[in-house]
Amino acid sequence: MQTHHSYWLAFKSVYTKDVTLAFRQRAEIVNPLLFFLIVITLFPLAIGPEPALLTRIAPGIIWVAALLSTMLGLDKLFRDDYNDGSLEQLIASPYPLSLSVLAKVAAHWTVSGLPMVLLAPLFALLMNLETQSLNATVLTLLIGTPLLSFIGAIGAGLTVALQKGGILMSLLVLPLYIPVLIFATSAIDTSSMSLAYGGQLAILGAMLAVAIVAAPIAISSALRVSVS
Amino acid sequence: MLEIDTVTCTKQDRCLFDSLSFTLHSGQIMQVEGPNGAGKTSLLRIIAGFARADEGQIRYNHTDIREDYDSFAAELLFIGHKTGVNQQLNAYENVQYWLQVHGAKASEEEVYELLAKLGLIGLEDVPVRTLSAGQQRRVALVRLWLNKAKLWILDEPFTALDKKGVALLQTQFQSHLDAGGAILLTTHQDLTAHFAQLQTLTLEYRL
Repeated sequence: MQTHHSYWLAFKSVYTKDVTLAFRQRAEIVNPLLFFLIVITLFPLAIGPEPALLTRIAPGIIWVAALLSTMLGLDKLFRDDYNDGSLEQLIASPYPLSLSVLAKVAAHWTVSGLPMVLLAPLFALLMNLETQSLNATVLTLLIGTPLLSFIGAIGAGLTVALQKGGILMSLLVLPLYIPVLIFATSAIDTSSMSLAYGGQLAILGAMLAVAIVAAPIAISSALRVSVS
Repeated sequence: MLEIDTVTCTKQDRCLFDSLSFTLHSGQIMQVEGPNGAGKTSLLRIIAGFARADEGQIRYNHTDIREDYDSFAAELLFIGHKTGVNQQLNAYENVQYWLQVHGAKASEEEVYELLAKLGLIGLEDVPVRTLSAGQQRRVALVRLWLNKAKLWILDEPFTALDKKGVALLQTQFQSHLDAGGAILLTTHQDLTAHFAQLQTLTLEYRL
C-alpha cells in the first residue's frame, strides 16, 4: 500500500461510486423520468388539448415538472451514505469534504438532470413547442438542472439526519428554486417571440458559476451539522 | 500525540462527562469503558471531530484539531458503529473506494491477499448486504491493514467478530502500536491480558 494523493482520483471515485449505484438500481434513474413525463402529460388532459394554449404554457409546465422530478432523487442523495457511515468516512478523509460533495452533486445531475435535458425535445413535442423555443428549453435545462442539483443538495444535507426529512426538504428547497424558474421560463418565453434570450441565459450561467463555487461549501457545512 | 483538555459534553440536559482530560502518546492503547449510555461513543466522536464538545479542546501534535482538520484527518482512522461499508457494492469495490477517497493506493493482489486473510475470499464479488454481520465488519476492518494513519479510533471493533477474528485484530493492534501508532477504542472485552501497556478510562453513567 502506498499513499497517493490526487484530488482528481478522489473526485472520480466518489462520482463513479454514485453513478454505478444508480445504474445498479435502475429505478432511481427511470422513476424520476417517468414522473417528469406523467406530470407533463397530465396538463393537456386537465386544461384541454388546444395547441395554442399548450404552446403558451409549455415552458412553465416543463420547468415545474423538472423541479419536481429533481426533488425525487434529492432525498436519497446523502441518505444511504449517512445511514451506513460513509459520510463520516468522507469527513475523516484527508480530502476536503466539499470535493466529495461536488462529486456527489455531479453524479446526481448525471443521473437525474442530464436525462431530462436529453429527453426535453421529446417532451416539447408533446406540448406543441416550436423549434426556436425548443432550443431555448434545452439550453435553459442544460444550465438550470445542475443549479437545481446544487441548491437541492444544500436542503438534502440539512435534512439528512431527520427520519422524515423528505417533505421538509421540499419546503426548504422549492422556494429557493423560484429565481431559476423565473429566468428559465422568461428565456423560453422570449425565444418564442423570436427575441434574443442571451440575457436570461447569462444570468442562469452566473447563478450556476456562483453555485459551483459556493454550494459545495454550504453543503459540507450542512452535512457536518447533520453528522454531529 | 493526542491531548484531551477539559472536555465537557452535555446531551439532553444530561452531563455525560465534564472536564475530562487525558493524553495518549504514540505506542499507547487506551480502552474507554463504561455502562451503556455513559457517553463512550460521544467521546470518540468528539475526539474524531464529528461532534463539538461543549467545552474544552482536542489537540493533536499540539494543534487544535479544528484549526487544521484535514491534516488531522490524514492521520486518523475512524471506524464507528456505522462502518461506512456500502451495502450494494461488493467487498473489493468497498475497499478500493475507501482507499481512493483516503488518498491511498493498493494493488489488486494486495487487496485480495488481505481479503483472503480475513476470510472473505470467494465472497468478494457479492454485494455486501448478502454477507453476515461479522463478515460485513471484516470488510470494514480490512482498512486496518491498509492505512498509514497514526491514530486509530475504533468504536466496538470486536462486535460480531468470531474468536479468530478477534485474535487477528489484536495482532494487528500490536503491530500498529509497535510501529509507533496509538489506539483509542471502546469495547466490552477484557484486553488486559493482551496488551501490557493498556490504559483504561472509565466513564460513569451520570444522572
